[in-house]
Amino acid sequence: MALALDTPDGGSGTAATASAVRLDHVSKSFGRPGRQQLVLDDISLDVAPGEFVTLIGASGCGKSTLLNLVAGLDAASAGTITVPGGRPALMFQEHALFPWLTAGRNIELALRLRGLPKAERRPEAERLLSLVRLQGSYDKRVHELSGGMRQRVALARALAQDSRLLLMDEPFAALDAITRDVLHEELTRIWSETGVSVLFVTHNVREAVRLAQRVILLSSRPGRVVHEWQVAIDQPRRIEDAEVSALSVAITERLREEIRRHGQQ
Amino acid sequence: MASSDLTTTPPSSPSSDLAGLEAGLDALETPTAPDHEPGRVWRVLLTKVVPPIVAIALVLIVWQLVYLAEVQPHYLLPGPADVWGEVNEMWREGTLLEYIWTSTSRGILGFLVAVAVGTPLGLLVARVKLVRAAIGPILTGLQSLPSIAWVPAAIIWFGLTNGTIYAVVLLGAVPSIANGIVAGVDQIPPLYLRAGRMLGARGFTSVRHVLLPAALPGYLAGLKQGWAFSWRSLMAAELIVHSPDLGTGLGQLMENYRTLQNMSGVLATIILILIVGVAIDLLIFSPLERRVLRGRGLLARAS
Repeated sequence: MALALDTPDGGSGTAATASAVRLDHVSKSFGRPGRQQLVLDDISLDVAPGEFVTLIGASGCGKSTLLNLVAGLDAASAGTITVPGGRPALMFQEHALFPWLTAGRNIELALRLRGLPKAERRPEAERLLSLVRLQGSYDKRVHELSGGMRQRVALARALAQDSRLLLMDEPFAALDAITRDVLHEELTRIWSETGVSVLFVTHNVREAVRLAQRVILLSSRPGRVVHEWQVAIDQPRRIEDAEVSALSVAITERLREEIRRHGQQ
Repeated sequence: MASSDLTTTPPSSPSSDLAGLEAGLDALETPTAPDHEPGRVWRVLLTKVVPPIVAIALVLIVWQLVYLAEVQPHYLLPGPADVWGEVNEMWREGTLLEYIWTSTSRGILGFLVAVAVGTPLGLLVARVKLVRAAIGPILTGLQSLPSIAWVPAAIIWFGLTNGTIYAVVLLGAVPSIANGIVAGVDQIPPLYLRAGRMLGARGFTSVRHVLLPAALPGYLAGLKQGWAFSWRSLMAAELIVHSPDLGTGLGQLMENYRTLQNMSGVLATIILILIVGVAIDLLIFSPLERRVLRGRGLLARAS
């Protein structure tokens, strides 16, 4: 039985109707006209509702730029980005929690900015905290929490936006291996409980395979979609599972090929 | 190239005890610091209270020795006891608190008005590029201008009135408060603003929920400095501006002592001015600053 399916480049261009986010021939360059540097070149991809997609690539592939474009923090130079569900939620590598608020108040601020009536905010914040298993941490200050706990509060705050699309920019990169492993499990659980679509950027191939239903490999300078893999391994997975390793090896091989290409130029 | 040739292995057992594992991690990684170790009061007393007392005592001793050695005649350099006698006399006459209150109330009122003017001004300079280019350098320049330089101009404008005193206080304190909030806004990590935008904070909401709280530590430092400038400017103004219907503040009191050639009185007033300045800082600004910084984990607990 095939656990991972190889699909040719851009092979997912099927139903244009329902997608959580859709990028059509998106390019992005930086710099003054005349001396522009192309960072993203003709990227087309879409994430289906409820789908978990990871983007991987070496340095300079424009992964974070791509997320910024989808998040609306920056504008594309060409092409269109459609996010039918409205403003997506974004989780950063740093927790980006506000240190002047408690964990619970951070979440309540997101709820308030979303327009939730005052009376409903506290119970909703408590519910989100227990979703990330931090019930009882409502009154904790950010600096009183460990790195893993901070990222869980940040996840709860992102979920508080009640967006149909969650963008994650290497959110676990700064955590130790044990904590990261636990957070992978948490994220998988929360993703299947909430049905939110996730576009997850990482440079960690195993993490990408561990989490995603589909892994998209970007080339570097400029970023282009090189290849994508369907990950048909059943959840719950573990990062040390043989299938995860095998597919990771294959993807890493392809990634190295891409990187070598730069040395030859 | 993908792993289509893999054989199925049974999925690894779902970790049923994820919650327990996570609770263990959280417990291990949360710092455990006993809040009240025994003898904490004594240590605070020893490290925080005793050193300044010793320093003051040393200064008094040296002063007394110089006085006894008669380096200068006693009417030029009175001893600590003479100065204390002067303060004591004001106390017995019931005028001491009146002098202090006249100055302190002026200082506080002037400071509050300076906050009301300096805060929006600082926000404008921090957030609007054109305003910053236009008046940013002037604001910084004004901060280094001694406020006593405003006194002659203020007297010409307002005469010997409270207006002159407040004008000098404002011109002294507004720039440092405005610069404080500019520094506070400039030091905000851009990540907070991006995070705020992602949560949907725009315009005024962003200023209220992200910008202002994030700038608070720098702003508080500006307020503290603003108070110091208010108090200094007030003393400069009071030294020069006095008329019978203005009431006697500490600055005017010192000028009165000078005309009487009463050196003990002059020294006593200087010490009173110092005490008021330090007391306001110790009672209001320092605790406020400590509370804000500690709440954000920016201040290590005394250990």
